[in-house]
Order: sequence, then structure tokens, then C-alpha cells
Amino acid sequence: MGLSKREVLHVAHLGRIHLADDEVEKFADQLSTIVDYVNQLSELDTEGVEPLAHALPIHNVLRPDEPRPGLSTDQALGGAPDAADGFFRVPRVIDDGSSA
Amino acid sequence: MSAPDLITTIGMEVHLHLATRTKMFCPCEVRYDAPPNSCVCPVCLGMPGVLPVMNGRAVELAVRMAIGLGCTIPAFAKWDRKHYYYPDLPKNYQISEYDEPLGLGGHLDVELDGETFRVGITRVHLEEDAGKLMHAEDGSNVSVVDLNRTGTPLLEVVSEPDIQSAAQARAYGEALRQLAVYLGVGHCNMQLGQMRFEPNISLKIGDGPDGSGGQPRYTPITEIKNLNSFRSVERACAFEIARHRDEFAADPAGYTLENQGKSTRGWNDDRGVSFLMRSKEEAHDYRYFPEPDLVPFVPAPEWVDKIRADMPETPSQKRYKLVTTYRLSPYEVDVLVSDPDLSDFSEEVLRNAQDSSTAAGLIMTEGLRFVNERDKPISKLFKPGDVAAVSDMIFSGEISRSVAPHVFVQLVETGKSAADIVRDENLAQTSDEGELERVVDEVIRENPGPAQDFAEGKDKAVGRLIGMAKQKTGGKANPNVVREILIRKLRG
Amino acid sequence: MAILDQTACQMRDALRRRDLTAADAAEASLAAIERLDPTVAAFVATDACAVRRRAAEIDARLDAGGPVGLLAGVPVAVKDNMCTADGLPTSCGSRILDGWRAPYNAHVVERLLAADAVIVGKTNMDEFAMGSSTEHSCFGPTHNPWDTATVPGGSSGGSAAAVAARMVPLALGSDTGGSIRQPGSLCGVVGMKPTYGRVSRYGLVAFASSLDQIGPLARTVGDAALLLQAVAGHDARDSTSVNEPVPDYLAVLDEPVAPLRIGVPKEFFTEGLDPEVERLVREAIGVYERLGAKLVEIDLPHATDYAIATYYIVAPSEASSNLARYDGVHYGYRAPEHADMIDMYMRSRSEGFGDEVKRRIMLGTFALSSGYYDAYYKKALRVRRLVRRDFDEAFEKVDCIMGPTSATPAFPLGERLENPLAMYLSDLFTVGANMAAIAGISIPCGFTGAGLPVGLQILTGVFTEDRLLRISRMYERQTDWTSRRPAICEASA
Ligand SMILES: [Mg+2]
Ligand SMILES: [Zn+2]
Repeated sequence: MGLSKREVLHVAHLGRIHLADDEVEKFADQLSTIVDYVNQLSELDTEGVEPLAHALPIHNVLRPDEPRPGLSTDQALGGAPDAADGFFRVPRVIDDGSSA
Repeated sequence: MSAPDLITTIGMEVHLHLATRTKMFCPCEVRYDAPPNSCVCPVCLGMPGVLPVMNGRAVELAVRMAIGLGCTIPAFAKWDRKHYYYPDLPKNYQISEYDEPLGLGGHLDVELDGETFRVGITRVHLEEDAGKLMHAEDGSNVSVVDLNRTGTPLLEVVSEPDIQSAAQARAYGEALRQLAVYLGVGHCNMQLGQMRFEPNISLKIGDGPDGSGGQPRYTPITEIKNLNSFRSVERACAFEIARHRDEFAADPAGYTLENQGKSTRGWNDDRGVSFLMRSKEEAHDYRYFPEPDLVPFVPAPEWVDKIRADMPETPSQKRYKLVTTYRLSPYEVDVLVSDPDLSDFSEEVLRNAQDSSTAAGLIMTEGLRFVNERDKPISKLFKPGDVAAVSDMIFSGEISRSVAPHVFVQLVETGKSAADIVRDENLAQTSDEGELERVVDEVIRENPGPAQDFAEGKDKAVGRLIGMAKQKTGGKANPNVVREILIRKLRG
Repeated sequence: MAILDQTACQMRDALRRRDLTAADAAEASLAAIERLDPTVAAFVATDACAVRRRAAEIDARLDAGGPVGLLAGVPVAVKDNMCTADGLPTSCGSRILDGWRAPYNAHVVERLLAADAVIVGKTNMDEFAMGSSTEHSCFGPTHNPWDTATVPGGSSGGSAAAVAARMVPLALGSDTGGSIRQPGSLCGVVGMKPTYGRVSRYGLVAFASSLDQIGPLARTVGDAALLLQAVAGHDARDSTSVNEPVPDYLAVLDEPVAPLRIGVPKEFFTEGLDPEVERLVREAIGVYERLGAKLVEIDLPHATDYAIATYYIVAPSEASSNLARYDGVHYGYRAPEHADMIDMYMRSRSEGFGDEVKRRIMLGTFALSSGYYDAYYKKALRVRRLVRRDFDEAFEKVDCIMGPTSATPAFPLGERLENPLAMYLSDLFTVGANMAAIAGISIPCGFTGAGLPVGLQILTGVFTEDRLLRISRMYERQTDWTSRRPAICEASA
């Protein structure tokens, strides 16, 4: 089975990666090989096996609600490709309501 | 055959900022007045290599709210990542609780026009807020990002679709705010964006008057994003309900949830209309998965019990107490419990005053005037003892109700006690018959017309005459004594 | 003995006795880098001036006889995915971070500074630690000091090569699926992956958060213990860092573990295993047998092929999420040409990331995407538990598990570049430890006929680093592999 070119373009877009036309085919082939390999997991019966998301049994790691100084605005913006007047700058965004 | 009934069903998602000093996952201070990008650190900037650590206070406040909403607190809660690319979200994922939140299955009873309706609470969970994205003011084709708000602890309360009108949607929002403020969970200042609403609106298509009969069908769900005032909640819901009705009338077979699914809309408050943001086809694929950088939260039962035991009073508990103990009217109770400071203050006044109705009236008229003018809580303006004293002096006739505004001004301005003000300014009512007789004689002489009218049995004229007498005594004439003298002189 | 032929422990003692100055140690390291690194390309950034200043400052303190840290004056290299605040860039071998200066130090960097180590530079790596050959770097490949036509392994290939070529005695690496142990094996040095949670990940640029772990690369087991001692321990900024006391590793190092039961899984000796590697590994296990250890054949049915399959779902999924932040907005590379916001994201990431990173982002995005999550990501987490169970059951019967670290010695540069799956299988024997969160080490156990080093992998349970080091040391004492030097070093001294 593996991944079709359409699926590759879809996941590339979800992951915000631009692919040139010739790359789509290359990645489709390579990803298909890998997906075929990982598909061997379907041989395993995992009925009733609890997923292991956290390897160690640690929980309730909490921090006191006490403020500590962070970075200056200059430090915060220091590595930004485009910044001015204390703000990060980006190409104009039309609000699609993506916020939390 | 007549058209089927359409019954409004609204579920609400409410986001509110928790009243913590620091952010959800880093020790940056939560501030609303700071210059852009000045309350930030590598963690909330999402820099390479940083890791989140839970704010214990935020977790405690969230659990408190969940308990206040009657939720069960599951024995295990975990964090997940929700992915979407947006420049105000530095990691391009939001840390949230997806399938194992810290509160499940509660309810909130809401009063509206003297009736109570119950809204089921599906879940309560914690997450982090995003930053702010604005258009640059220099006219360029640029947006600018401020990340001060990024990572602010955010509580999300998701309701069942139990809300049945725009007015109920607003009342639910107000009740939720009241509860959060009472419990000290959030300040919920709407101007600061500390509370935001997202109603999910759909109409149930029924065959009978109660919407029953056959399989329930619905109009497509529309979610309205990011409403930040109660007024816009009510207006947006009303607009959307009407829009659903029109759409359904135009296409009863096609305009259904089955056919069109869910869409996301924005609300233009200036124009009073909603607009399409995302249809079902463009829905996000958030790719939730367990946040590997945070460990699960497993609350000890004793810890939850302690929060439960230390819970501040809720608005409904306060409401019940005021109604049963002081016999106030529903309207009076609504006003007095609208805010926890006011309700605590009122309770203290009522406990000390001889007459609750007089005392409640004083708080609602004289007290709240200053609260609104000065934008301060009532407890910072007056002492409950003073207000109770003024109430008692009015009730006993020692002073006139009409001097109360002056006394309240003096309470605020001088800091003197009510008793001192009344004494120092000689504000007590005059009941001295000798003095009042002289005043009444003058009033009769100067107002022959009304005096004649009263003598001839027209009772209405008495108010005017008493008013004149009060004027001549600087408000101190006891109206009951003046009335008796007038009756004796003119009708006796 | 030449300065850099000393072990870190020897250097440390000489520095304290004032038989050696930090300045001389630093100069020796800088000179070796200048001489050898044009060939090896282990380093991506060094700052000679800062190194000299730092060495002088530590000498002053050593001369004054005041208290100094565990590594006072010892040169150390740091993999380029650990944040360094002052001077040195942190770029993870990626164009997307090329030239980025972290405004903060990683926990391990703070610990190295507190231990008075001299950080000489940042080492090359596969981009964002994704790879097993250190060829996927925007700075170009690192070469194996034993044969510069071959790879050093990866992703911590720069750190392994720097230690192997004796440019530094110690280096930090990070291990997500074998990225310390496999280059350790291919470069003939000791490489240890501690238990997940033993060393704070704060400031380690994340690849796969539930698997990443920082650990030491060194020429000897004692040196690895020394470096681990300096960086291990709880950190409140990493919720997954464990609040357990750190034993004194050096104090117990020379105490053999006896009786010792060694688990030998048949899954680690499969057809694909290079015969020379197999022979050397079996000989090494034979050394333990002669020391009185008991061999137990065990089964780890999920720890190799299934573990790799699981790994290539879990790690890319987490990576696709962790790497979402590189978007050209807040730091790093932004494509100069773009039509709008989304196009800016897509072009910046497309131009900023190399092919291997793109492959894994797409693979992980696929595994988490709607409709595939249950079949891939969730399934992988279930198998991950089975892998963990294999190890738990094994450690009820044995004290450690032994086998080859890598199925082959160092392979020629370019050999696996066009075949991602072949490259992925380089981690066949190492990923199990990451899936199970347990401690593991690779120690040199001989050389092939062609003169390429081979590593013995030893695995123990969680938080048993002290036992793992002791077991490793038992073998090291019986052999002389650590004294061998690559030919390119011979002109030195
Ligand atoms: Mg939310
Ligand atoms: Zn912060």
C-alpha cells in the first residue's frame, strides 16, 4: 500500500512543508517503503494492552506560582527574522479564528 | 401540514483566565498593562530546548471551579498537544487536555426572569492561552505579534447543548462569570479579555410542539468564535437562531446537520452579523497526542477533599441565604449577589440593620452610585457598620431618608462615622412641635392655594406642603409630625 | 604522556596536583582540533578566545587553592543540540537555526560550567539528531577518525569522532534511538545512554521528547562515569527529570558485579549481523564468562524489528510536533520570497530543513493525522508497552543484557543516504532501550580486520547506571582496546 502522492501532499501541507513536483514522487516512494515496514506492527495482537505514553511512573510535578524575571524585549526579539517596535512582524494574516 | 417546530439548542465553550500570578507553564508574570513582548521567557516564546512545568496554583483553581460546577474530579488527568499553525502560537501547538480533563459531568443552575434553568457541564479543562496578533498600524501589509499573553492559564468550561435562547445564553455566561469570581478562580474582566465565549448553535427540528416525535434532526451546528461581551453573546445567538430559521425555511431537506456538519463563524459586532470562517471541509486536523514533556496529574483524594472543604461560598448559596434570612425580593437579591464583594458587604450590613428592606435599598441606591462612579468595590468605600447605622436612623425616624445621599457623600469624603456626621452637621429630623408649628404657620401663609385645597379634603396637596416645610428646615422636619400639625390646623 | 592521551580522570588529577594547567589542556585541545578537524569535521563551532579566557580563569582558581568543580580545567565538547548562551551558536546541524544564539544555557551546560569544565566547542550531528551517520547536517558530514572514508555513526557522530580522534577527552551526546551508543561503537569509544529522566533535557533541542536522553561519550568507562556524575540529577525545569539521588559512580566503579547473570537475546544475533562483529561480541561475552558470569539465553520478541517499527512511528510523531515551532516567525530562518503567511511557513521550512527531517515530519504528521492515529500512533504506544514488558521480564532473570551495539562496523559515507530504511535499521539493537527508557552503554570490544572498531552493547534496568558502569569496567580491565589510537592521531604527541 504505502502513501499516494495526494496523501504526501496532504501531510506536507499539514506539516507546512512545500514540496517541488519532483520531490513529491521521491518522498511518496520513500515514505511508502517506511510505512510498509512499520505496517508489520499490525501482525501483533495488542488487544487490551495499555498504550505507553509516559515511560516512567512520575506524576504531579508542580511549580509554585511565583514570578521570576524572563527575557528583555530585545533578547526576546533578538533572533527574529523581522521585528520592530517591540513586535514580531509577519506577512499580514487574515484572521481565521484559529486561536485557543 | 404545518412547518415543524424549531427548538433552539446552544452549547457554550467558555474560556477564562485563572487568577494566578504566573503563566501556566513558566514563571513569567501575567500582566495586562505591559509593553509588548516584555513578559516573556524562552519557555513561553517556544524556543528550542525549553520544557513546560505545571503551575500548581492554576491546577488548584481549575479543580476548585470544577468542584463549584458539581463536576467529578477524575483520578487521572493528562496533557495533550493540539496542533495548528498560527503566528500567535509560538510552538504551533497548544498544550491542552484533550480526552482526560480534570473535571467531568457537572451542571450550573441559572436564574433568568425569576425562573431557574439547568445547564449541564460536559467538562472543565486547563490549557494555555495564545498571544495576540494585530495588524500593523503603519499601513504596511504586515501583522505584528505580542506574546505577553502566550501561556496565560486558561480554563475552558464546555456545556451541554441545554441552552434554549439567546437570553439564556447570556444569563449562563453571566452566571458562570459570577461563580468564577465568587470562587476566586478568575477576575473575569471582560475588557481585559479575561473571559471569552464560543456558543455552538443548532436548532432541533421536531414534529410536535415539544420537538418530539421520530428521530431528532438538527440544523447544522455553527460555532461562533471569540465573543468577548455578554451583549455580543446575546446578539450573536439571536442573529444565528434567526439565520438558522431562515435557512431551514428555505431548504428544509438540505439544511441539516447530517448534510452540512459543523461550521465556524465570526461575529461582526459593529454590523451585527455573523460571517463564515471555516466550513466542514476546511476543518482543522489538530493531531492531538499526549504531551510527552508533561507528566500526568493524579490528584490525591485528600487533596481534592481539602479543596472542597475550603471552597468559598457560591452565588447560589449566598442567594439562598439572603432570601431565607432577610426576605429580600428576587430583584434585590440579584443585584446584591452580582459580585462577591458586594454580597459579603451587604450580608454584613443586613446582619446589623434593624430593617433589611431599608438597608438593601440604601446599598442599592446610595452605595452602588459610588461603586459605579469611582469604580471601586463597595467594601473599599464604606464600612458595613456605617451603612447599617444610617439605615437604622432612617428606620427609627431619627433622620430623614432624603438626607441619606448627603450622609453617604460625607462617609466617603471625610471618613467619619455616620453617627458623627449626623451629629456634627445637625442632620437629625426636627420633631420639636413648637418649632414645627411656627414653620407650618409660615407655609400655610405663603401657600394659601394648596392650604385651601387640603382644608377642603384634597389629600394630594399635603405632599407639597410637607415638602415646603422640609425645605424651610433644611430637610430636617419630620414629615409625620408636620402632617399631624397640618391636619390639626387646617381640618381640626 | 601527551596531554590528550591522558584520560579525563588522569587530566583532572594532574590539574588538581598542578602538574597540568587548564591553559595547557585547552591549548592541546585547540591544537588537535586545528590539526585534525579539517579532516574529521567533528566540530561546527569553537571559540578559541573564550576557551583561553575560561582556562585562565580556572587556572587562577586552581592556583589559589580554592574549591573547584568536578571537571576543573578538563576540555569538554558539547553536541550542537544543547543550548549555549554565551558566544557559541546552537544550530542542530540545521539551516533553519544556522547562526541562532540561544539566550539561555541548557541544564547540562550549566552543570558543566558549575563543574568548571572548559567547553571547547559544539559538535556536528545529523540535523535535529535524525540520522545514524552524521551525514544529514547542513555543515556537511563528519568523518570517522579510524577510516575517514566511513561514517562516524550518528546522530552524535561529531561528539564520538572528537573523542575518538583525541581532540577532547569528553563529549556530551544525545540518544533518542541509539545516537550515543551507535556512534560510540563505530568510533571505538564508550557511549552511554542513561535512564530516561536521569539527566535533565532542559535546553536539549527536542527531537522525540519521550525518548531523548543526554549522556557521555568518553574513551574509558571511568571517564564516562565522571562526565555522567557532572550532569546527572534532578532539575525542576524538566517535569520528566527524576528526583532520585545520584550515586557516586566513580567510587564504586571498580567493584565487580558478582555473581553476574548475563542475558543474551537471540534476537540480537540475527542473519544481518556482520560475522566479524558477531565474533568480537561473542568473545567479549566470553571474557565475562571467564570472570564467572552466567549466560542466560533470553527472548526479547519485541525489542528489535517491532521496536524499530514502533520507533519510526513514535519518534517522527513527536518530532513533527516538536519541530512545528521552526516556522520563520520568532527565530531562525525565514524564506526571503513568499506570497503570504502560509507560503512563508511552507517555504521557510522547505528551505530550512533537509530531506531526512522533512521525511520524518511527514511520517509523523501522517501517523498522527485524522483517520490514522489509532492504526499508527496508538498502536505504536501499545507495542511500546510490549517492548517495555520484554525488558521487565528479562531483568527478573538477569542482571544485564549483552549483544552488539550495531550490526555492522562503520559503513562508507553515502552508502545508506539514498535508502532511508537501511539507515533506520542501523538502530536495530539500540532503539529498544529508548522505547523501554532503560540505561544502556556501548563499550569498545575490538577491531575488525579492516581496523574498524566494534562495540559491545550492555543494557540494564532503570536507574542502574552504577551497576552498568561496574559491569562495563569489569571487561575494560581485562582488555586494552582503549589505548589504541586512530592512525590520523599518530603524528601528534
Ligand atoms: Mg480551548
Ligand atoms: Zn515565560
